[in-house]
Amino acid sequence: MFTRLKTMLIKEFIQILRDPKMRAVILIVPMVQIIIFGYAVNTDVKHIATAIYDLDNSVPSRELAARLQQSGYFDLVARVGTTDEIRDLIDHGRVKAAVQINHGFAATIDAGRTAPVQVIVDGSDSNTARIVLSHAVKIAGNFSDQLLLEREVRRRGASWQPAEMALQSRTWFNENLESRNYYVPGVMAQMVLIVTMMLSAMSVVREKEIGTMEQIIVTPIRRWEFILGKTLPFALIGYLNVAMVTTLAVFWFDIPIRGSLLLLGAATGVYLLSTLGFGLLISTVSHSQQQAMMSAFMFMFPAMLLSGFAFPVENMPESIQYLTWINPLRHYLVIIRGIFLKGVGMEVLWPQIVFLALLGGSILATAVYRFRKTVS
Amino acid sequence: MTGTDSSAVVVLHDLERRFGDFVAVNRINLSVQRGEIFGFLGPNGAGKSTTIRMLCGLLTPSAGGGSVAGFDINTAPEQIKERIGYMSQKFSLYEDLTVEENIDFYAGIYKLPTARREERKRWVIAMAGLEEHRQSLTGTLSGGWKQRLALGCAIIHEPPIIFLDEPTAGVDPISRRSFWELIYQLADAGVTVFVTTHYMDEAEYCDCLGLIYRGELIALGTPEELKGAMTEELVEVACEQPQEALFIVEGLPGVQHAALFGRGLHVVTARAGEAIPVIATALTAAGLRTGQPERIVPSLEDVFVSLIEARDRQTAPQVEVAR
Repeated sequence: MFTRLKTMLIKEFIQILRDPKMRAVILIVPMVQIIIFGYAVNTDVKHIATAIYDLDNSVPSRELAARLQQSGYFDLVARVGTTDEIRDLIDHGRVKAAVQINHGFAATIDAGRTAPVQVIVDGSDSNTARIVLSHAVKIAGNFSDQLLLEREVRRRGASWQPAEMALQSRTWFNENLESRNYYVPGVMAQMVLIVTMMLSAMSVVREKEIGTMEQIIVTPIRRWEFILGKTLPFALIGYLNVAMVTTLAVFWFDIPIRGSLLLLGAATGVYLLSTLGFGLLISTVSHSQQQAMMSAFMFMFPAMLLSGFAFPVENMPESIQYLTWINPLRHYLVIIRGIFLKGVGMEVLWPQIVFLALLGGSILATAVYRFRKTVS
Repeated sequence: MTGTDSSAVVVLHDLERRFGDFVAVNRINLSVQRGEIFGFLGPNGAGKSTTIRMLCGLLTPSAGGGSVAGFDINTAPEQIKERIGYMSQKFSLYEDLTVEENIDFYAGIYKLPTARREERKRWVIAMAGLEEHRQSLTGTLSGGWKQRLALGCAIIHEPPIIFLDEPTAGVDPISRRSFWELIYQLADAGVTVFVTTHYMDEAEYCDCLGLIYRGELIALGTPEELKGAMTEELVEVACEQPQEALFIVEGLPGVQHAALFGRGLHVVTARAGEAIPVIATALTAAGLRTGQPERIVPSLEDVFVSLIEARDRQTAPQVEVAR
């Protein structure tokens, strides 16, 4: 019953493993990529190059500068003497922010009035600018509170205690707010998408191009035997990649994995069903490898942007949110982040898993249905 | 040649295939007997491959039908695929697999029983002369070897009917000759061979020939029948300046057509006896050194060139309008 399938699998594995370029693509590239991306892909905003324009040069102005520096968020890389210099530094991208403390800063504070401090940020990257501003506001606010407190203590005596509210914040799942913990599992999901989809998108159309397809379809091989023979090896490669990358994530990047590895395996299975299904569908309807490659890119690009990898799906317009339902990456990201960071199981993730299974099953069925044992 | 013959294993019945407005195969009728070598001839683009592909279940006919090994090509292509071997003009084995791996692959796809598998593998390797190259990557083999291995893989399941689509294209003459010896052996064993070619010497090897031109079957019969069917008479003129001679001869009365042929001309005439003196006089008058023109028995090439020319004269005005 499975003679032909076995024969297909043997042939596919020989072909994949015999080609040194293919071995590199499967075994080395994913490891290298996860290491590079693990360091590169993060949204933590720290050590912002900052210019300081201190016209006052007093004790409190220097104190404010020191507080900015010590926070770890700002690196005071330049001291400037004119506003034109600030403009120049920001234009050239040498600093992302500038702080201007006007003459009379100390005197105004001593007189018991509010002293303004100017912060200029490079808003071309709006997200970073917002984070920079919030850090600056927090540091200035703390400094201001401290000044206020010292004044009150001087006025009322050392035993005076202020009445205040203290915010106790705790972050669950990613205690230190390491953006790497959030992004590395996502990179892994994308890599599996790219590797398995590309390989499967090339697989059938390559046989068409080199002419072996005609010889295969003139045999009594059944459609499902051929399609499954083309799919299973790449599914195995997908699993291998997930295993390698998970190992690296856990032992190299210290990403916690709190959920069940078994569930991760099962969820990967249904995810692969849809990535391979889309790839095969592309491959069966394409006439050349070039066409298949372009089609695969046209699928993967929106799949990545509309997955919630970098831009939360909740922030998208409602109609686009519906569109993301047919995006396998979106569901797998929820699953994989759930398993890695939250440690949740089937009781929470079942909708995603069921949806992926339905999506993958129907796409793969369409690929088998669209595959014709005829030439056109 | 009727489709009702009980020993016919390949039958085409008004078979037609269109690609958009283009009629690639136009209502072809023919049948091939068991154990026969049927040669399907025609210039490139005449519809040979399209016809073979329809018979092998690789293309669905636009109209008409046919049967192969008793199965309808419209409704039972998968049953046909179990009973045929097919080899296309394009080399279609996996070049990144070894000789043995390719054989094993096709043996598995055709579900040969394990016992028969080894026996057939030995046969293919011996037939292709690849005993020394079992572990060689197929891509490194020479053209003749590749072609024999491709044939071996295509018939590893011992099908009763074999379709060969220009099997000897791009293969050296010695390999071509031994390839045809192999085809004879298979035919002797009762295998029906349906082969397309445009080599006229190969056409002579066939039991029966069909000539297809612009999608239409314009001649059908044994090589002898076709040669005998040529109503015109053929004159050969040996000469040293055939180009100039051709120019002169084509305009002479009684000459229907002339073509370069080796170191001379083949001239198609209504009656050779009347045309020979006219040709000789004209060429001598032009100062060309020629041998004495003489009437010859037409070769298949002459027959086909004459048939195609006749068809062109008949349909050319219509084709112009159609375009």
